[in-house]
Amino acid sequence: MSETAIDFLIDKAEAIRRSIFKIICDGGGGHIPASLSIVEILVALYYKYLNITSKTIGDPDRDRFILSKGHSCVSLYAVLADLAFFDKSALSTFGKSGTILGGHPDMHKIPGVEASTGALGHGFPFGAGAALAGKLDSKNYRVVVLMGDGECQEGTVWEAAMFAAQHKLDNLCAIIDYNQFQAMDTLQSIVSVSPLADKWQAFGWHVREVDGHNIWQLTEALAALPFQQGLPSMIIANTIKGKGVSFMENSAIWHYRMPTEAEMRVACEELKIEELKIEE
Amino acid sequence: MRNAYIDALYELAGSDERILALVADNGAIVYDKFRAAYPARFINFGIAEANMVSVAAGLASCGKVPFAYTIASFLTMRAFEQIRNDVCMQRMNVKLVGIGSGFVYSNLGPTHHATIDMSIMRPLPGMTVFSPCGPLESKKITKEAARIDGPVYIRLSVGGSPEIYESDYEFEMGRGVTLRDGGDAAIFTTGSITAEVMKAHAELQARGIHARVINIHTIKPIDEEIIIEGAENTGAVITVEEHSIIGGLGSAVAEVLAEHGIRTKFKRIGLNGVFAEGYGTYDDVKALNGLSAGDIVRETVGCLNRK
Repeated sequence: MSETAIDFLIDKAEAIRRSIFKIICDGGGGHIPASLSIVEILVALYYKYLNITSKTIGDPDRDRFILSKGHSCVSLYAVLADLAFFDKSALSTFGKSGTILGGHPDMHKIPGVEASTGALGHGFPFGAGAALAGKLDSKNYRVVVLMGDGECQEGTVWEAAMFAAQHKLDNLCAIIDYNQFQAMDTLQSIVSVSPLADKWQAFGWHVREVDGHNIWQLTEALAALPFQQGLPSMIIANTIKGKGVSFMENSAIWHYRMPTEAEMRVACEELKIEELKIEE
Repeated sequence: MRNAYIDALYELAGSDERILALVADNGAIVYDKFRAAYPARFINFGIAEANMVSVAAGLASCGKVPFAYTIASFLTMRAFEQIRNDVCMQRMNVKLVGIGSGFVYSNLGPTHHATIDMSIMRPLPGMTVFSPCGPLESKKITKEAARIDGPVYIRLSVGGSPEIYESDYEFEMGRGVTLRDGGDAAIFTTGSITAEVMKAHAELQARGIHARVINIHTIKPIDEEIIIEGAENTGAVITVEEHSIIGGLGSAVAEVLAEHGIRTKFKRIGLNGVFAEGYGTYDDVKALNGLSAGDIVRETVGCLNRK
């Protein structure tokens, strides 16, 4: 990819990050750090890799993206609105009565959302089903599932991991947002999933690790899919929960907490937000 | 019932390529014909019911019509959240087929009994709940399930269930079936216990008590009309189910009666908030749990004799 193309994606990620912060502050509550953690991953997927646009909704040949860690949905909302899957004016209704944009994504309300997620360990096997359907019908679409590292504590993740390898679902790519934190603390101090890459390899996946905030590494990994014919692909994206807001980075207490006005001012400065109002 | 289901599925698969047979390490020999004819459309998930249901939802999201089959207690409870979130909440066209209804796996004990499955499938938004009483009805219900665009739960016994109907039986979804007419009491039954209810009916008849027997094969949506009609034109309403009396057929009938302000003598026969007791044959376990024909007769007479 050219330097200009990379710069475009980097700028896009910064804009999405600003958008997330504004949407959640305006809505009065949400998972800010988990949403900030996946920004570059979504930007690499939606602006470079996936063949989906607002015009391909419902197209049987479209790629499928499933946000298995549904609580990061504001990041997805910001991207989908930017790509005109729905009108940007909806962003200022987030979390309010009558909105289509809730604290977890609803596939029946939001154009472009492929699965209603929220409870963890569901989107990944759902995505494996979509990938299996593609294989059965000899279709070329690809399925990408983004899940959390804490989500890997759910047993269904490993049921689906075995299943996908058994059925040679090389049209399936899972990405783990490996920010090392869950709601209450670090995974290391609660129930560790380490060594994560070794676990997935042992389950029959081809694994690559990337810096989850490095657009170049992400797009390069996605361009190399499937990593190996006949194997499902895993991208472990090493990320920072709360990326971009210094006092939220790597701090468990921010999992679901709203900043005070003073804290908002600091965050706005760091994210280069001039005005918290959402542009329409 | 199991064989009738698989025969129907085989026939359906022949005319509809979208249909898939999903199992969770269950149905070794009975699926042979299906597997031989449609090897790619038979998917064994191993012992992973939750994954089977989520994957089924993902398959349905791409236009497939999966029939996910395994032991009813595992299917409805191990995978309950998957059924609620991935199938019902997302309105996916997934059919859930549970075998081993009630305590037909008598000797295997309560882990393998399905005695609250109707209670937990009924409240799920968009879910249709079928409980066939014999092979022919199982076959017709399987075909009906394929016609429904949305989540369906079918509760099956295993092999060897007696046939209740003549071959000209016409199934109509959501409509109860009067198997025997009578004006003294209305006995509502569902599933494989219906054979026992028919025996009870004959014994009551011999004692001069003319009960009507109504088979409720569709638990949701339930046939309100036939319940109201039975209550208004007989002296008592009895429900019989190989299932907990909390949340299943008995509760569904009680809801209809109460909401229509119908006063009648009323008795629910089934497991009253307990696991099925004991081991042995299916008949042994029925007797140990108050669900033999004799128990049904005694309870019916007791209810009629109430002041």
